[in-house]
Amino acid sequence: MDYSVLQQCMHCGLCLPTCPTYDETKLERNSPRGRISLMRAIADGEMELTKAFGEEMYYCLGCLACTTACPAGVNYAELFEVARADIETKGVLSAHKRDLVRWLTVKFLLTRPRLLRGVGRLLYFYQAIGLQSLVRKLRLPALLPRSLRELEPLTPTVKRHFSDALIREVETPTPSRYRVGLLTGCIQDLAYSDLNRDTADVLLAHDCEVFTPRLQSCCGSLHAHNGEVELAREMARRNILAVEKSAGSLEKLDAIISNAGGCGSHLKNYAHLLHDDPVFAARAVLWSQKLKDIHEWLAQIGIRRPAAAACAARVTYHESCHLCHGQKITRQPRELLRAIPGLELVELAESNWCCGSAGIYNITQPEMSKKLLDRKLGHIQKTGASVVASANPGCSLQLQTGLREAHRSVRVAHPISLLAEAFRQAKRAE
Amino acid sequence: MNELIALLGTERVLTAPEDLIPYSFDGTAALKQRPRCVVFAKTAEEVAAVLKFASGQGVPVVTRGSGTGLSGGSLPVAGGIVLCLAKMDQVLKLDEKNLTVLVETGVITQKIAELADTVGLLYPPDPGSMKISTIGGNVAENSGGLRGLKYGVTRDYVMGLEVVLADGRILWLGSQCVKDVAGYSIKDVFIGSEGTLGVITKVLLKLVPKPRTKKTLLATFSRMDAAAETVSAIIADKIIPCTLEFLDKITIKCVEDFAHIGLPLDAEALLLMETDGHPAVVEEEARRMEAIARQHGADSVTVAQTAEEATRLATARRSAFSALARVAPTTILEDATVPRSELAKMIRFTQEVAVRHQLRIATFGHMGDGNLHPTFLTDERNAPEMARVEHAMQEIFDYAVKLGGTITGEHGVGLAKKKFLPGAIGEASIGLMRQLKKSLDPQGLLNPGKIFDP
Repeated sequence: MDYSVLQQCMHCGLCLPTCPTYDETKLERNSPRGRISLMRAIADGEMELTKAFGEEMYYCLGCLACTTACPAGVNYAELFEVARADIETKGVLSAHKRDLVRWLTVKFLLTRPRLLRGVGRLLYFYQAIGLQSLVRKLRLPALLPRSLRELEPLTPTVKRHFSDALIREVETPTPSRYRVGLLTGCIQDLAYSDLNRDTADVLLAHDCEVFTPRLQSCCGSLHAHNGEVELAREMARRNILAVEKSAGSLEKLDAIISNAGGCGSHLKNYAHLLHDDPVFAARAVLWSQKLKDIHEWLAQIGIRRPAAAACAARVTYHESCHLCHGQKITRQPRELLRAIPGLELVELAESNWCCGSAGIYNITQPEMSKKLLDRKLGHIQKTGASVVASANPGCSLQLQTGLREAHRSVRVAHPISLLAEAFRQAKRAE
Repeated sequence: MNELIALLGTERVLTAPEDLIPYSFDGTAALKQRPRCVVFAKTAEEVAAVLKFASGQGVPVVTRGSGTGLSGGSLPVAGGIVLCLAKMDQVLKLDEKNLTVLVETGVITQKIAELADTVGLLYPPDPGSMKISTIGGNVAENSGGLRGLKYGVTRDYVMGLEVVLADGRILWLGSQCVKDVAGYSIKDVFIGSEGTLGVITKVLLKLVPKPRTKKTLLATFSRMDAAAETVSAIIADKIIPCTLEFLDKITIKCVEDFAHIGLPLDAEALLLMETDGHPAVVEEEARRMEAIARQHGADSVTVAQTAEEATRLATARRSAFSALARVAPTTILEDATVPRSELAKMIRFTQEVAVRHQLRIATFGHMGDGNLHPTFLTDERNAPEMARVEHAMQEIFDYAVKLGGTITGEHGVGLAKKKFLPGAIGEASIGLMRQLKKSLDPQGLLNPGKIFDP
């Protein structure tokens, strides 16, 4: 643990009111400054790395709201990742079931893009032939053990075609002013491949030539946030290689685009993640310089307004934690939504408060996750919006699950999808 | 411990190291002490029961809100109980007819300000930590804020208090009446008593009508004296601005590095000035303030034309602490205070001290009420430097007292300033305080060792 980062915390307490777990319990150990004090006690040799500390660090959402509130600029993201890695190294939380689930998901499935898509394909058929709804109607999940039963509703609805089938490796508009790489994600590629197509369309409409590497790997954020730093570094190297292969080299690109708040926040951190890698360090620096969130990139090159009045919906915007707190991008998605003719943007109360998705938090801490989801759904209802815009696949899945279970007909859509639809409508109107 | 658990339940009695370590400090730099346990009370009766238990056992009790204090006032005592009141957080009654609000002690200051705002009223005290500080902590420390010059400090808004004494008696002090001279004003003894005389459980606060409008100005100066003279001239011109804030050269540079708002890096001083009230008055006062600043040698004066511009100008002052806190590992925020007429002398002296002791000290603060924040940018692990910080601090406080000022304008004495207190107020005053404490807390169990030694 980097002591100078710990020491930067002056325990002023300004992080407390922005921390969802502290807000829930009003206990200092569930707050950022409380957690930092525990890390410091371990670093100072006043305390062992205990199971209770391990549990505390997995109770933390990692939403990074504290980093927005912190006057002293403490790098909590780094402390959080290092603490979780130390916890895994020490094995204080080791238990058969936990180890198996972690091995199967984080270590096995999410490091094997071909296998992940194979599982996705099976899931698609299971859902497409109506087996899933039949299983749900017959209440068969009730037969599952509790932990699996609670997971079942979170199963994403898998798309028929994944990104590689929807987007050609190189797509070139005329005129072509910029060259960009497009990252399509792992879970996103299964559940929201249409959003990746929308992103490519919007980029083309902004005169960007789009390079989309084939069969992309997970960005590694789930690994880094769950204590598997080595795997995270491996994923980073793979992604750099994939984009280099597609575009020729990183130098040839004006930007590398991510459309997922959580992934983008981690992708921008490759320079730090690989800083001591003899082969990749310099390339990772270049990578981090070029990595842009899609909203950030479009605002930088100038958002184009679709011609016709295309969207008559009332839309509210939920901020992904790692987009607003991790990447400090708050203005651009709103600008983009306002650029859609006819769209009415209404502000969401506590828009930057975590929805409880938080990577795999909704799986590891279902109780707290549910509380946050209910709080979010309450605010969404008050806006009267028929669409809630969200720029992160985890949030979108979480919100869709919540809205479905509450029988509410509110649509969840990425801002980029709304913009892409507007462009398409405008084109049809021509 | 079992008795406390029987009283409050296991959930509200913490004893594990992972639970206690996060309660071993407050907002003060370099102070740390692990308590024996932390307990949460939800009613005055529970507070009374905890205090009776503590008296019976002879265990010290330190009352705590959100732990944001800057003088170590809520630092635990070795072997003692921390009595945390953060869960007593209900607003009990907003009385629009009498312009008061009755709250439990753990209500967050910001929440009171927001509540008042919804009905067109204002709760003026705005300490820097108000987003998380509790009102009980504000009363116990008599917190100030940016609006002190025009609106005063927490004390000026406390009309009544519910207090639990060391022996468990629950008392109501004060009333809803603007005028009330029935007996000693004992509530005033508890305001600023830093948890050494009793435990505050409810607070009745005065609210005032919200000013209709506000105007913001920013002036920069190449001479410190010109800024100080501007402040004196504004006040001599019978204007009481609601904000009159100052940044020195180091602070300006740190703010510019941090926030990039285009501040002139060669300026010696920057003044943020605001006037609020009736639109016609505000308009005229802003014009006069602008003219006075120019007459006294301001290099530039910007008057905000829109609310957005006002926010942008205020950013310079608002981000001062954040900007400074990033510069060094340890940030020690002090609050030496002098009569307004002595401000320029005090600031210059602080700069000399910094040079003499080879330290980085940035000064900003509330120019309007003489409350400065000399801020030490240092590293608590650097022992020789920390020794120089101690010397510098002593000199700064001695000088403030010599100028007719005080060692603390709004942070309280707590532990951090205990040793400077005799020099500031004299042994006779401290003797009287000891006598008072003895009569209310004969066993000396309430926050012992804070403000003065027993």
